[in-house]
Amino acid sequence: MTSTLLYTILSLSLLGGLLAVVLYLIAQKFKVQEDPRIDQVLEALPGANCGGCGYAGCRAFAESYVNNPEMTDFFCPVGGNDVMKNVAMVLGREVKEQVPRLAVLRCNGSCDVRPRLNVYDGSMSCAVAADLYGGETGCSYGCLGLGDCVTACTFDAIHMNPQTCLPEISEDTCTSCGACVKACPRNILELRPKGPKNRRIYIACASKDKGAVTRKVCTVGCIGCQKCVKECPFEAISFADNLAYIDPSKCRLCRKCTAVCPTGCILEINFPPKKSSD
Amino acid sequence: MSKTFSIGGIHPNDRKFSRDHPIEEFPIPKRVFLSMNQHLGMPAVPVVQKGDMVKVGQLIAEPAGFVSAPIHASVSGTVSDVALYPDFLGKKVLTVVIDTSGDDWLESIDRSSEIKHEITDTPQEIFKKISEAGIVGLGGAAFPTHVKLTPLEGMKAEYLILNGAECEPYLTSDYRLMIEHGQEILIGGELMRRVLGDVRGIIGIEENKPRAIELMRKHAAHFLQWEVVPLKKRYPQGGEKQLIDAVLGRKVPSFSLPVSTGAVVQNVGTAYAVYEAVQKNKPLISNVLTVTSSDPSIQRNYHFRTGTPVREFLNAAGAPEQDGTLRFAKVVNGGPMMGKAVANLDGAVMKSTSGLLLLTEKETKRQEPGECIRCSKCFQACPMRLQPYLLYQLALAGRTEALEEHRVFDCIECGCCLYSCPAHLPLLDQIRLARNVSLKNKRKK
Amino acid sequence: MDKLLISPAPHLHSKDSTRRIMRDVIIALMPAVLVSVYFAGLSALLVIVVSVTGCVLVEHLIVRYLMKKKSTVHDLSAVVTGLILALNLPVSSPWWMVLTGCVAAIGIAKMTFGGLGHNLFNPALVARVFLLISFPVQMTNWSVSNSIFRPDRWELPKGLLGAQGQLLDAASGATPLGIIKEGLANGLTMETLSQQHDLSYWHMLFGHIDGSLGEASVLAILLGLAYLLLRKVIKPLIPLSVLVTVAVFAGILWLTDPSMNADPLFHLLTGGLLLGAVFMATDYTTSPMSPLGMLIFGVGIGVVTMIIRIWGAYPEGVSFAILFMNALVPLLNKIKPFPYQKEVSRG
Repeated sequence: MTSTLLYTILSLSLLGGLLAVVLYLIAQKFKVQEDPRIDQVLEALPGANCGGCGYAGCRAFAESYVNNPEMTDFFCPVGGNDVMKNVAMVLGREVKEQVPRLAVLRCNGSCDVRPRLNVYDGSMSCAVAADLYGGETGCSYGCLGLGDCVTACTFDAIHMNPQTCLPEISEDTCTSCGACVKACPRNILELRPKGPKNRRIYIACASKDKGAVTRKVCTVGCIGCQKCVKECPFEAISFADNLAYIDPSKCRLCRKCTAVCPTGCILEINFPPKKSSD
Repeated sequence: MSKTFSIGGIHPNDRKFSRDHPIEEFPIPKRVFLSMNQHLGMPAVPVVQKGDMVKVGQLIAEPAGFVSAPIHASVSGTVSDVALYPDFLGKKVLTVVIDTSGDDWLESIDRSSEIKHEITDTPQEIFKKISEAGIVGLGGAAFPTHVKLTPLEGMKAEYLILNGAECEPYLTSDYRLMIEHGQEILIGGELMRRVLGDVRGIIGIEENKPRAIELMRKHAAHFLQWEVVPLKKRYPQGGEKQLIDAVLGRKVPSFSLPVSTGAVVQNVGTAYAVYEAVQKNKPLISNVLTVTSSDPSIQRNYHFRTGTPVREFLNAAGAPEQDGTLRFAKVVNGGPMMGKAVANLDGAVMKSTSGLLLLTEKETKRQEPGECIRCSKCFQACPMRLQPYLLYQLALAGRTEALEEHRVFDCIECGCCLYSCPAHLPLLDQIRLARNVSLKNKRKK
Repeated sequence: MDKLLISPAPHLHSKDSTRRIMRDVIIALMPAVLVSVYFAGLSALLVIVVSVTGCVLVEHLIVRYLMKKKSTVHDLSAVVTGLILALNLPVSSPWWMVLTGCVAAIGIAKMTFGGLGHNLFNPALVARVFLLISFPVQMTNWSVSNSIFRPDRWELPKGLLGAQGQLLDAASGATPLGIIKEGLANGLTMETLSQQHDLSYWHMLFGHIDGSLGEASVLAILLGLAYLLLRKVIKPLIPLSVLVTVAVFAGILWLTDPSMNADPLFHLLTGGLLLGAVFMATDYTTSPMSPLGMLIFGVGIGVVTMIIRIWGAYPEGVSFAILFMNALVPLLNKIKPFPYQKEVSRG
């Protein structure tokens, strides 16, 4: 009885010891030398692995950041300037500061202003629907409303609003990683600066149809009248393919364009209500 | 012993309700919408302008390259617009709109119904006439016919297979054409055979069309190089790769053209169009389509002019009720397995339209998708031996490399997987998307 | 003009559905269920009823209140699991043991993995093995059903109602495989064993062999198999490869020494091999999807079953073999099907 016990203990200990040595040797042989600063950079990053920076996850970003000192256009959109300052501190580098941005939907064609002409019955995916046909409404540029952006968002910042049939982007949680922009087959999501005091103006339409066609299918579409282009004192509004576009870097938020737009497709966000005397 | 292809396939109920209805001439519409995108490849370039007067058969758009096809006026009248119009899918395409006045044909077109047996043209002349007539594959894919008849370096055609399988349920236009114009089809086939060189001609017809087999055999007896091969009823027998496998027992490799196996496949409708183009000088401006449904009063075959709006067919067939509502939930342009759902009834039918199918909600509405139970029915049904359940998951996860490793590009979009899935998963929806991305990547390389 | 439906092709769908498949499996199980009720009476019926209601209830509760989703019991998969579990239990199983089995099957083996289509192991078999290890006495207490005309057949069994220990008046017996295993281990030969015990194939085919409910009649299982094949629910590859492997394995041993080994037919007809091969090895979710994978899977089950039967501690090994091969299914699913056509060299 005792001898059995003894043998068991001995043989198992021996086996354990032997394997430990083997493990140690293998670990030594295949040890990977890595710059310790990569881990430090990684620590400073948010760790969301969203890919918004253009790299496949935070680690890839950290590696590239450490290994390419000559490159300057590194920016983590999720962490923003604060995180980038910390990251730069690890290596003692400069940061190119960027204005905080967020995703906006360049379509305001909710259910009631853009009547449905047919009913989609396929796979619930914008990509599939866009590949197949012109969309449930007459507008072949607007939001399909099947939620590919909602699925793409890893930050739970986009939700479909059942009342409007459009996705809504939360200002607080959107990190401007750009996953939704890539996911949208209609290319109507755009990353725009949040603006001072979160105030911003943009044209919520992407229709390149002629005015008459747009007007027929949607009451809040850009009809290409160019009134806003003429009104803008800063030449911030460009016009191409029957569609006006506000350049956020030139826009001074004077709100003159919103006043002249006949369809109200220029949206102003977070402004105090205009005085009635205006 | 009838032949069939070796892998996968399904047996849907064939529902060829309109098989005994002779082809009727469809009235010329008041206005036609001729899309510049009626074929695979580059869209054609319009050569007419707003206000121009055109005759039937007159060239209105030139091909934009080799893989493209010209388009001809299908009615006579005034060009009222050349602009972007939504097609039947609701997508905007460059369209020539013609307001009809009268029925004034080009003098060069022989409009007599007399069959011209004698072939006087040389193969070069035949080829030129085919490409100038704007003939495209009328089996559905609308691939320009002259491209298929062009020899490729290192590949020699040995067989010309005329596709009379018509494996899609409901459709009967090819069947009616074989019954009513069998001789013309064979002459058209003979013309293409001469273009390809001295190849053997085979007509493949499914067993559920015994009269067509019998008739075509009778006609083929007058030609030396032609034979009729009966095929078992099975979908997708009419797929190019499946038909070659069924008739010759040869399989087309990935990324290869069917001609690499020595076979060129043409639809019987295409053969008829070739006959008209070469023997009668008539470009492709009309075709035969089936308007059908499970309602016995709406089961017809029409000979129509291209560019006729879909709505006109529905009105003529008596589909809408007195108050204008449609009691059908879906209109399909083409067959039920591969056709496209019509989103815009004002969109027009095209050169290659072979049917307008009216389906009720009960027949076509998709069921709520459940969970994959790994029954592998999709794998058993896939004629290309793909693993649809796996491709579906990979497509959802966006794993492009893994998708290519599992040959997503081999998918022929036949729909067998989605048809047979007991969990009602939208397998093909996602796979088709992934396949298109994969093919795009491949072309870039 | 109402709105038109739009969807990508195809626009038709076969009548097949998950529910329809499950309904076919239930119909295929009916002969086995009826035979077991016929031979073992009300007690068998009670085991079946408790098992099926238990499984359905557990799934409903978990989906509805734990996962907070729409209940999935309408797909009938829980009913199938319940039926198969019942057929894997002895007639004398007490109700609390059956219920424990239901919780193990649905709660542990199915829902923890994500429900229908996601489970790695066959739920009913997990439950059976769980019970076999937890309650070895109750699980091997095969009541003897020697005579069709047993008078107590329609009396309520005490065991099921919770009486402990002694189960039935009838003497409890061992399964044929148990008899052979113990006998051979004690140095007896096949010849003497078959003289001492009634090991008639006739009885195995039509009924009254001691064992779990589903082992009652091989003929009933074969009827079920025929129905499943007719309805194209399963392909014959898996059951066939299991049975052929077992027959070949047993045949080789039998030819080497007929006195110390049972013949192939004996191995085919006993120990729930058919029940396992037809209803449990063919479970869609836990079996491979490619033909080659199915073949390897079937052969594997056959080999492991025979290894356990002949050299293992348990007299019978079908459940262990299937569970073992279930674990290999994800690996077998990696096998790529033969390509449609390789690139041909042009020359």
